[in-house]
Amino acid sequence: MLIDWFTVGAQALNFLILVWLMKRFLYQPVLDAIDARERRVAAELADAAAKQDEAKHERDDFRLRNEAFDQQRAGLLDKARDEAKALRQRLLDEARAAADTLQAQRQQMLDNDARQLNQAISQRTRQEVFAIARKTLGDLADTSLEERLGNVFAQRLRALDATTRAGLAAALRSAAGPAIVRSAFDLPAPQRAAIQQALDETFPAQANLQFETAANLIGGIELAANGQKVAWSIDDYLASLEQGVHDILRSQAGRGSAPPQAIAIEPKPGPAAQ
Amino acid sequence: MHLSADEMIFWQYGLLKLNGTIVFTWTLMLVLALGSKLVTRKLSTGLERSRWQNLLEIVVSAIGRQIEDVGLRHSRKYLPFLGTLFLFIAAANLGTVIPGYEPPTGSLSTTAALALCVFVAVPLFGIADQGLRRYLKSYTEPTLLMLPFNIISELSRTLALAVRLFGNMMSGVMIIGILLTITPFVFPIVMTVLGLLTGMVQAYIFSILAAVYIAAATRTRKSGATGSETDPAPAPTP
Repeated sequence: MLIDWFTVGAQALNFLILVWLMKRFLYQPVLDAIDARERRVAAELADAAAKQDEAKHERDDFRLRNEAFDQQRAGLLDKARDEAKALRQRLLDEARAAADTLQAQRQQMLDNDARQLNQAISQRTRQEVFAIARKTLGDLADTSLEERLGNVFAQRLRALDATTRAGLAAALRSAAGPAIVRSAFDLPAPQRAAIQQALDETFPAQANLQFETAANLIGGIELAANGQKVAWSIDDYLASLEQGVHDILRSQAGRGSAPPQAIAIEPKPGPAAQ
Repeated sequence: MHLSADEMIFWQYGLLKLNGTIVFTWTLMLVLALGSKLVTRKLSTGLERSRWQNLLEIVVSAIGRQIEDVGLRHSRKYLPFLGTLFLFIAAANLGTVIPGYEPPTGSLSTTAALALCVFVAVPLFGIADQGLRRYLKSYTEPTLLMLPFNIISELSRTLALAVRLFGNMMSGVMIIGILLTITPFVFPIVMTVLGLLTGMVQAYIFSILAAVYIAAATRTRKSGATGSETDPAPAPTP
């Protein structure tokens, strides 16, 4: 007999027991482990997806912030550029104004220097010319300069034109005090008498004269009465010389080489000084 | 030379007996249960796991996929029964390489017991899935005239299951035994290797056929309700 029914029953029971054993020790633990792993992988995938979404969100946010920052930076740069441009313009204006002020001050200083130099040259020139004339007259004509000046002034008084003569006559008449005759030197008595005589001859009214000495009237004599003045000096003769010196100074200043003081400090010695 | 391990009687008391089939079956049960217990004692749920755990996961996953391929949707419901069928038969057949070992599957009593288990399990799964009335009604389909043929079909396929496995395994053992007496060198080894292949194929066929029968019992009603999935996966023919 190929089939032993007891064995059949025992094997069936064995098989059922084996099914339970395998389910208990094999299928259930292995399937649980697989399920746990799948859950873990799914959780990790979900976490990765969430992180990816978060990263994408942060990337978009960063990009937006970057763009805003770029715009803000561009705006700030434009503003700074404009401010720098305005500041530069303001500083340039201020520098230009300061330079203009300095130039004006320098120009004024130069003008003052030039004016003082002119005055000094004129004064020196008058003195030199006066000294030359005095020496020349003394050597050649055997006369003094004061004498000749007094005589020339007397001649001029006699040769006044009608208008000036009328004005001076009116002034002499209306003058409360004596007419003043100023000269750079003390006039000698003959010259005083000559001037007095010339006045008396020229003007009908008797004029009282008061003689004064004024150092600034180098080589000149003036008659002043009640606001009217008649003067003669060698300034007229020196005018052309002064004009020539002025032209030289201007040309020197225009070239910007030597300062004008260089010329003014050392005037050429006149012939009288030798 | 024994025709089957049933003839190896170690102990007997009346009808009760302890033969080779039962002893080898217990041995197999012990090996399978202990091996599973040892491997699944420290299972890892992480990405790093032992090679034995990998092996068991591969085996269990492959059996589950095969069950789903047959057409059973909830494979985990049928996995203990069908998986144990496959593993037990495979283990019993692979053990033939061990000298002195007599495969329990070479006993008609064992194959009959397994076939009877399938014979009982099919209606149980069918009833659990469809209910008793619907399952019983499936025997009268497509017409009432088919009822005897369906019953005969149930019985005959159970018998076929038992005899097919028994015949293949018994013949393999017998051929090896005969060849050992004729050509004791080399050729029995080749036949033993062929017997391993045959044993694996028979284990696969037995468990797949059982799965197909269960699928047929559980899907008949559903196929009638949905109008689709009318046929279970075609049963492989040995």
